[in-house]
Amino acid sequence: MSTYTTEESTVEVAAAVDAPSAERLSSLDTLESEAIHIIREVVAEFEKPALLFSGGKDSVVMLHLATKAFWPGKVPFPVLHVDTGHNFPEVIDFRDRTVERLGLKLVVGSVQEFIDRGELAERADGTRNPLQTVPLLDAIQRNKFDAVFGGGRRDEDKARAKERILSLRDEFGQWDPRNQRPELWNLYNGRHTVGQHVRAFPISNWTELDIWRYIERENIELPGLYYAHEREVFARDGMWRAVGEVSQPLPHEDVITKLVRYRTVGDMSCTGAVESDARTVADVVVEVAASTLTERGATRADDRISEAAMEDRKKDGYF
Amino acid sequence: MSTETLAAGLETALPTTLFRFATAGSVDDGKSTLVGRLLHDSKAILADTLDAVARTSADRGFGGEKGGIDLALLTDGLRAEREQGITIDVAYRYFATDRRSFILADCPGHVQYTKNTVTGASTADAVVVLIDARKGVLEQTRRHLSVLQLLRVAHVIVAVNKIDLVDFSEQVFRDIETDVQKVARELGLGSDGVADLLVVPVSALDGDNVVDRSERTPWYTGPALLEVLETLPAADELEAELESFRFPVQLVIRPQGALAPDAVAAGLDVEAYRDYRAYAGQITEGSVKVGDEVSVISPGHEPRTTTVVGIDFAGQSLDEAAAPQSVAVRLADEIDIARGDTIAAAGTVRESTADLYASLAWLSPKPLREGQKVLVKHGTRTVQALVRNVTGKLDLATFNVEPASNLELNDIGHAQLRLSAPLPLENYLHHRRTGAFLVIDPIDGNTLAAGLVKDHPGDHEDERYVI
Repeated sequence: MSTYTTEESTVEVAAAVDAPSAERLSSLDTLESEAIHIIREVVAEFEKPALLFSGGKDSVVMLHLATKAFWPGKVPFPVLHVDTGHNFPEVIDFRDRTVERLGLKLVVGSVQEFIDRGELAERADGTRNPLQTVPLLDAIQRNKFDAVFGGGRRDEDKARAKERILSLRDEFGQWDPRNQRPELWNLYNGRHTVGQHVRAFPISNWTELDIWRYIERENIELPGLYYAHEREVFARDGMWRAVGEVSQPLPHEDVITKLVRYRTVGDMSCTGAVESDARTVADVVVEVAASTLTERGATRADDRISEAAMEDRKKDGYF
Repeated sequence: MSTETLAAGLETALPTTLFRFATAGSVDDGKSTLVGRLLHDSKAILADTLDAVARTSADRGFGGEKGGIDLALLTDGLRAEREQGITIDVAYRYFATDRRSFILADCPGHVQYTKNTVTGASTADAVVVLIDARKGVLEQTRRHLSVLQLLRVAHVIVAVNKIDLVDFSEQVFRDIETDVQKVARELGLGSDGVADLLVVPVSALDGDNVVDRSERTPWYTGPALLEVLETLPAADELEAELESFRFPVQLVIRPQGALAPDAVAAGLDVEAYRDYRAYAGQITEGSVKVGDEVSVISPGHEPRTTTVVGIDFAGQSLDEAAAPQSVAVRLADEIDIARGDTIAAAGTVRESTADLYASLAWLSPKPLREGQKVLVKHGTRTVQALVRNVTGKLDLATFNVEPASNLELNDIGHAQLRLSAPLPLENYLHHRRTGAFLVIDPIDGNTLAAGLVKDHPGDHEDERYVI
């Protein structure tokens, strides 16, 4: 017990730090139990859930949590990947191996197919991340998914900080931030009508550092580009961009070989690498803990478009 | 700091524990500034975010003597909020110290204050209520404290902000402290063993008593705000210590043939798991051990007693588990158990009832009327309900219960509902999870109210324990 004294009164408080701390769940254990609870609620209350899986670290952690939630049974829903066509090849390889290992069904929504059919137009800046919304909504409608798990975290962006764990989307996939349902206790209200669906974000309360500590603790495999490796890069918009089929330097941009890693994995045409010598998960945990930049600020060109870039995309139905 | 020393620091710091708190107050009280100060001084704000805020602050001409950064901008996330300079919705923020990871629910004060405060407080281990030292206890403070008392928030911290603007006057602080304690006494807050109350003088703008104790308030000998937040016990700890094990069943794990291929590849004995059957859920309070006798509560059945033979978590067999762990429980007897049933420590659950007496915090623009049909979501079960009558409405300024026949947005009232099936309802006063429910609109599915179970009139807590 510790005692705080003010002139008027004495407040006795059982201090957590004085109690044997082994009894108390760590913050990672608490976050893990919360996420598993949410995943199970959605599976129990919805007809046809799916999990967005890009091979990025947050979706890999989501899938890992799902395997734990239903052990020893299989994960009882398919995974959905919105393929920009601008992928890192090693990420697609990782995606396919993961799906195979867990015996899952993979549904792919293809940005390229929409462009080929003339239903989407390439942007002037070549970035395809914002183009994912249309194929995403199309895949949700065609497969009649009524709940879609995402790996979105509230610490990623100020619009995401206001998103509910279960977030209702209308017939057009739109998010209405001013009319969200209050989310009380751990009672999640997933009721929806025909045509609406729900986005579920079980790792809303995790930070980037939590994700990395969890990956380390659970020994979770990730695509290799999350760890430091030599790569041909050129500088653009204050980021290191990989040289690849869809990501070519302009004449004035010099290509050099650098030791880099990716903090986020998205469309190759807008995701930047950071200089890093963090070759192992333990190195990355230390690096993230010491970082002075947010992961999106450091590595995502699409979030630099405006102060409300994420909010605008989300209102239109983005992840 | 070198990589080695940082790594060593992380090593000794782990594992941190989680603590959830909410802030209540209006922009005028400096709440956003306080939140910004906590994030800034605990180094949770990274350089690029700070640069963006500094640029916007400069664009708007913020600054002058205080040095230029409008910390409030750190918490306003939506376009409309920045444009209108107000906070519309609860925002969640994250920061950590060596001891704890914090989840902060930042609840706006003046728009839909009840909705936002109820939402933030429902999951909070502690709530920080802000008061402007120049204004003292206002009606809004009374309303906030009243909501926190209703929701049984374990720790209430009143931050008397802008203490710099009253020249760090001890007298001003003591007068406000006395007023706060008077309101708390009227409400019963902090005097019934459920909650505790602490009053701290702070200057969010300058950082006095926010992260570190201030030399400018020598008359205050208590801890700084962050010290308080680092040391208070979390609600999870308190709930895990309760003797009444409660486990609402979310779903039955019964893979039959469909075992996880990765588990099989890792050597899972396929034969042994052919008839595997376990009940998955999150422990809402108390703890359970293998060998414990438990009661299974399901509608239409007498409570059935059996024994816990296994507690599984993703391939690990646990001897014991406690709130808020998510686990899967195996039982000795083959009992028909489904989602919505509750597994509880034998002999600790009251008889299920279809008569629900409750306090309701009404959160919808659609008013509640007597005779209305609604849905009630309690634990993992949703049932239909009829609103038989509204028995009163709380006047948050006087704390009197006034007669009422309907409830409107932001009202807190009492009502009696008839449920389509009996539920194992427990008094919210002692059971923050099994005493809580949602009222849902059957037409559009929206959440209408936060519900808190009360005892039946004239009931004594002990009399209805039947099993």
